[in-house]
Amino acid sequence: MIVEIGHFALILSLFVAALQGTLPMVGAHRQNQSLMAIAAPAALIQFALIVGAFAALTYAFVTSDFSVMNVASNSHTAKPMLYKISGVWGNHEGSMLLWALILAAYGAAIAAFGNNLRPSLKVRVLGVQSLIATGVLAFILLTSNPFLRLDPAPVNGNGLNPLLQDPGLAFHPPLLYLGYVGLSITFSFAVAALIEGRVDAAWARWVRPWTLAAWCFLTAGIVLGSWWAYYELGWGGWWFWDPVENASFMPWLAATALLHSAIVSEKRDSLKSWTIFLAIIAFGLSLLGTFLVRSGVITSVHAFASDPTRGVFILLLLVITIGGAFALFAWRGPQLKGSGLFQPVSREGGLLLNNFLLTVAAASVLLGTLYPLFIDVLELGKVSVGAPYFESVFVPMMIPMIMVMGIAPFLKWKRGDFSSASAKLKFAALATIIGGLLTWALIDRASAFAAFGIALAIWLFAATLTELAGRIKLFQVPLADSLSRLFRQPRASWGMTLAHGGLAIAIAGITASSAWKVESIQVMKFGDQVNVAGYTYTLKSVNEFQGPNYKGTRGTFIVTKGDDFKLTLEPEKRVYTVRAMPTTEAAIHPTFLGDLYAVVGDKDEKSGGYITRLYFNPLVPWMWVGAMIMVLGAAVSLSDRRHRVGAPMKSKLVSGGAPAE
Amino acid sequence: MMKRKHRRLSFVALGILVLAAAAALILTAFEDNIVFFHSPTEIVEKFAKHELRPEQRLRIGGLVEEGSVSKTADGATTRFKVTDLNKSVVVEFRGLLPDLFREGQGIVAEGHYNNAIFTAREVLAKHDETYMPPEVAEALKKSGQWKPAEKKK
Repeated sequence: MIVEIGHFALILSLFVAALQGTLPMVGAHRQNQSLMAIAAPAALIQFALIVGAFAALTYAFVTSDFSVMNVASNSHTAKPMLYKISGVWGNHEGSMLLWALILAAYGAAIAAFGNNLRPSLKVRVLGVQSLIATGVLAFILLTSNPFLRLDPAPVNGNGLNPLLQDPGLAFHPPLLYLGYVGLSITFSFAVAALIEGRVDAAWARWVRPWTLAAWCFLTAGIVLGSWWAYYELGWGGWWFWDPVENASFMPWLAATALLHSAIVSEKRDSLKSWTIFLAIIAFGLSLLGTFLVRSGVITSVHAFASDPTRGVFILLLLVITIGGAFALFAWRGPQLKGSGLFQPVSREGGLLLNNFLLTVAAASVLLGTLYPLFIDVLELGKVSVGAPYFESVFVPMMIPMIMVMGIAPFLKWKRGDFSSASAKLKFAALATIIGGLLTWALIDRASAFAAFGIALAIWLFAATLTELAGRIKLFQVPLADSLSRLFRQPRASWGMTLAHGGLAIAIAGITASSAWKVESIQVMKFGDQVNVAGYTYTLKSVNEFQGPNYKGTRGTFIVTKGDDFKLTLEPEKRVYTVRAMPTTEAAIHPTFLGDLYAVVGDKDEKSGGYITRLYFNPLVPWMWVGAMIMVLGAAVSLSDRRHRVGAPMKSKLVSGGAPAE
Repeated sequence: MMKRKHRRLSFVALGILVLAAAAALILTAFEDNIVFFHSPTEIVEKFAKHELRPEQRLRIGGLVEEGSVSKTADGATTRFKVTDLNKSVVVEFRGLLPDLFREGQGIVAEGHYNNAIFTAREVLAKHDETYMPPEVAEALKKSGQWKPAEKKK
């Protein structure tokens, strides 16, 4: 019964969304107050209905109602409760419902908190948001209905894909979706602004926090996914340039660019049509990501069995949404003239250059990801574009970007002065050169490339610290004054310092882990010793054990280094009983300089030993820590009063330094 | 102070410069890093006709032949046959195979083919046990052995 109520609520929400997407838009066009008044309550009702539908599906999963087809194919009574709940979105139908839920939640947030938005803009934003929702809800009900019943109901379910039975992956999809779908809000704002033909500072002030929130979730989601791949797939790698990883990375690049161009639009009344363009692109790439993952058109480790009609539907949705937005952009975009002029050497100039580099980088990733698809459609053969392509294209584009990231914060708005910026950066430059040379000279196997990567990380880190030091006037005023200035820094500035500093730390981790990884694969019998990067691994035992819903094999390694370092690593192999599907659980011990990483494999029948794979992954923990700091930076910045969801009347407080011209 | 027209021109020039550099990067990277997929039959035939060379990086896909999986003397290298049910190719891979690797399973391997042995750098099997890589389905279709899989729901 509850399932039917959920199903009914979902159908109802489609009609509410369709109404909300049309009537208020007509109302806004004709200045009809009563039609416009529908938008906000409709957004709240739509959200409540989808919450109801989602709750009903969750109820079916928690109570293991196997008369629901979706539950039967993705759940099992023997599954721990956490995975019964995460199983709700661990499948295609449920994950699309989560998508719709988040979409409606963002719409409801605008409806509830957007009181100080210009009424016509608010109504149009809600209208556009709801048009997207109409498409997504129709998609769910027509091709991927999670509420279909199964008669007769099976005694037990198929279980969830064991790879997804992991705490990291339980929260990866919701975070990623909060990011993906969060970009729908900026998209709706962009389209609404195009319809109105008006983009002002108030508009940009609204767009910034939403982009920031989406970026924060997207970053966290991508990092969580990468971390999961690192410890669960047992390959010792954390990024494979797999099409589905790229699908989440492209919107991230676009959102990063958007985040920065929105600053220019807000503070300098400039780059307006570029910001609108990026908002459309960013959400377009999110939809494309959904399409790539959900249609199975591309060979990927993430590709799950899927249904072509769904792919066609999402593609259609993508074409209508993005095609429509671009048509509108072509028609109305030229009217959006900014007033803020600037010289090439200025903070705007630096931000624009990096925006451009990020966008071109996203385009190159897009090209590499879709190329096999084009070739296939043109029947020129089956090809794949591997990691080497992405590394040799993407990395060189990031080098100038990181260099500029160090300098741009030192340039003034409108017209910057290169020589005064470089004078302030002389210590950072010195540290960079010394650090790079030391790396090259002192570390074995240090290629010039690796030394350069470390130097870049030092450059960004030192420049970020120098910028902070300049803001608090360190060594120019008494230390106590500097300290009190430090605590009075606006949170948005802290956001930048943290995000840029975090990236610097992550770059060091990325460089070191790709340049100095030590890998050793061998067959080991009990008592055998292997030396990896100075650590001695001894295989002590391999035992079988019984988990809640799987059978496991656990290897025990004793790792020693010198006299005072000793620890035990226990990697596992699990075979999940319901699907008879094995998974690997790598054992990882993080240290300051890198991860000790061990995987145990199958028994070699001839020798009686086990295949083992041992790694030393240098500075990998830095990467996770750096990424966490970036997410933290976004969160801190988001908590800044001036970002508090669109507060135009507080603007007096804000823009002291940079009044809109 | 630059004139407005000059300023715009310098932005455009910078933009074109970035785009040109990116295009050059992409083209060189494409040339070196695109890997073509071949079915086992194609590999056997094209190497016989010298249409493919040993130094070319290739992808091969098909089913792991039943009963063909064995370990070589060092214990860490797995040898198995990949088949499209018409011809089969011997593949060697050193390291831990993906969890879903097993006999009868569709896999894709990337590496080099030399002296009748395909030395794989990478072996991909999938997250989902009912999933058939499109390349493998393609290889089976080409060899006429494709039976549309029973739909598992």
